[in-house]
Amino acid sequence: MHFENIFLPRWIVKQVTLLAFVLVLLASVGFCQQPITIGFTVSKTGALNVDSLEQYRGFELWRDQVNAAGGIKASGKSYKVQFASYDDESNSKRVQQLYTRMILEDKADFLFSPYSSGLTATAAVVTEQYGKIMLTTGAAEGKTYTLGNHYLFQMFAPAPEYLKVALDALKAKDPKATVAFVYEDAAFSVAVVTPAKAYAQQQGFNVVFSEAYAPNTTDFSAILDKVIASKATVMLGGGHYADGSTLGRQLYARKAALKMITLLVAPDSEKWVELGDAGVGVCVPSQWEPQVTAKPQFGPTVAQFDKDYRAKFNAEPSYESAGGYAAGLILQHAIEKAGGIDAAKVAEALNATDATTFYGRTQFATAPNEHGLQVGHSMVLAQWHKDKSGKPVKQVVWPLASKSANLAYPIR
Amino acid sequence: MSGILASMIDGLLVGSVYGLAAMGLSLIWGVMNVINLTHGAMIALGMFGMYLLFGLVTTNAYLLLLPVIAAGLVLGIVVYWMAVHWVIGRSELMSLLSTFAVNMMVIGIGTTLFSTSPYNVNFSLPGITIGAYTFTGNHIAAAVSAVVIALALQLFLYRTRPGKAIRAVADNREAAELMGISSTAVLTIAFGIGIALATASGALVSTMFPFTILSGGAYELKSFVVTVLAGLGKPAGALLAGVLLGLLEGALTPFIAVSWIPLIEFGLFVVVLVALPHGIFGRATA
Repeated sequence: MHFENIFLPRWIVKQVTLLAFVLVLLASVGFCQQPITIGFTVSKTGALNVDSLEQYRGFELWRDQVNAAGGIKASGKSYKVQFASYDDESNSKRVQQLYTRMILEDKADFLFSPYSSGLTATAAVVTEQYGKIMLTTGAAEGKTYTLGNHYLFQMFAPAPEYLKVALDALKAKDPKATVAFVYEDAAFSVAVVTPAKAYAQQQGFNVVFSEAYAPNTTDFSAILDKVIASKATVMLGGGHYADGSTLGRQLYARKAALKMITLLVAPDSEKWVELGDAGVGVCVPSQWEPQVTAKPQFGPTVAQFDKDYRAKFNAEPSYESAGGYAAGLILQHAIEKAGGIDAAKVAEALNATDATTFYGRTQFATAPNEHGLQVGHSMVLAQWHKDKSGKPVKQVVWPLASKSANLAYPIR
Repeated sequence: MSGILASMIDGLLVGSVYGLAAMGLSLIWGVMNVINLTHGAMIALGMFGMYLLFGLVTTNAYLLLLPVIAAGLVLGIVVYWMAVHWVIGRSELMSLLSTFAVNMMVIGIGTTLFSTSPYNVNFSLPGITIGAYTFTGNHIAAAVSAVVIALALQLFLYRTRPGKAIRAVADNREAAELMGISSTAVLTIAFGIGIALATASGALVSTMFPFTILSGGAYELKSFVVTVLAGLGKPAGALLAGVLLGLLEGALTPFIAVSWIPLIEFGLFVVVLVALPHGIFGRATA
């Protein structure tokens, strides 16, 4: 009597054996795909929510694409990316609590920064304390990098670069312009405007007015009366979306006779088009625009990122979105180079990074007195124009090598 | 036109709205000795009321003031019966805590519904340009609306029987009741009117500036300053004090940074409380 005749037919034994083999194989692949947790907060509510959500979309798109491609691959292992994220309500106290929670309770392997320089400075205190790597994006203020931090890496070109592009463009167009600075009294905008004032004077501009306003300001009447009284021909400043969009609206409603208006951050948002004619002509220093092409060493091309982003969110990507995606991409590259998620090895790989992606060049300073500061990335100046159908479109106007349209000057 | 004059005109326009906001607070204090800490939340609800109505009916935003005021009146009556009626006549701390609780509820629900993101009422009227300065149509319309509503309140208080009843209860509740006036009905109406004024001022602010569910807080603080300047419980004086505060802001801002203004205003608040406890209009409007 044959064995199989007593118990099971031979073909069933073969099938079961094959199935068991496949299951073991799948399980071993599953074991190889370890999860990797990246923690960050998003300002889902509060004054920073518009810009912060755009950054978050960048993170999301990167995560989905990486996981769809089988995760981050390093030393034969595959890491599936998962997020631990919370609403920080645009509030630094929440950031402090939540970054501690993400490190201690959610066991985050790496962190991305919250949106804005102020919130990032708060988060950096916590991440450095626990020796966790944090890629900062949506945070350009540079002081945090002078404090001897070891695990902080900045994706945005630092604050002094922002208005430098605007002043360079202005110098080429109207070297005799008189300049007013009106800016949010917040870490980021102060860090931008302080060196910009010095640079403007160095370039020979007459700075006729300068004043900071409280971050929650909604009535700019008094400040705009002062700008008009100062007889400035150009105004530079702003802060984030909430105040910048209000300032833009009120400048237009008051028919301020300015030849050039450059505002930080706000005009880069896709929501800027809601301002209608009030938004046309306004310039914004930008970390990234789709018109500026760079040949990537890895990751998507500019066109691919732009297409994928629009397909997923039915919206135009802003530089905050691009910065969010690029932060993920650079971290992924460093993990691949390091061969795993060991913090010291990944930090070493980040220190050695000098790469060009769709976002442009990325390189971090390694000197102890400015460790992690972004030294490779450069900025452009964009301006809202109208296309032939009258629809508002953002064009790159400076530097000349990257321009997609000429600077409209004067704007009205 | 000089920058100082332009700044003062701006201050005058926005000051009228401060005055209207403070009238509601002042009326409630004057009639029932209640410091209404729902005031800021109600101003914010007025902003969102205008925003939602304007989204439904795209017309001249200032025509939508009437439904906002009516809704504010009803809301005020509901809040009165929910949280104020039961503590009238008890320690002032009770009404303070009770209205604070309602304030927190409204802010909580509002944050859930609208988040704390900024909103705009996308409506604009043509402005007036004098020299290099343009005064927006919305600022002018808001100021005119505030004055019209304030005058209507004065007419109501001095020319109608319910208005006279409110004044009588504010003056001497027991005597008013002996004369057959139902103090409960009067207090209900007065609280409703106070809240309606707050929502009206919020609606006007929403036509000038962007707002969040938390924006009422800043106008509540201004209302306290204005109410103290006018003298507690003097709604007519509140409008004038609001205009004066706006003028003061306008006159100072050409010379100092705008961020110093709150410091000066609250300094004035303390000085008036100590030196002129009946307010700058004191006896005149008492």
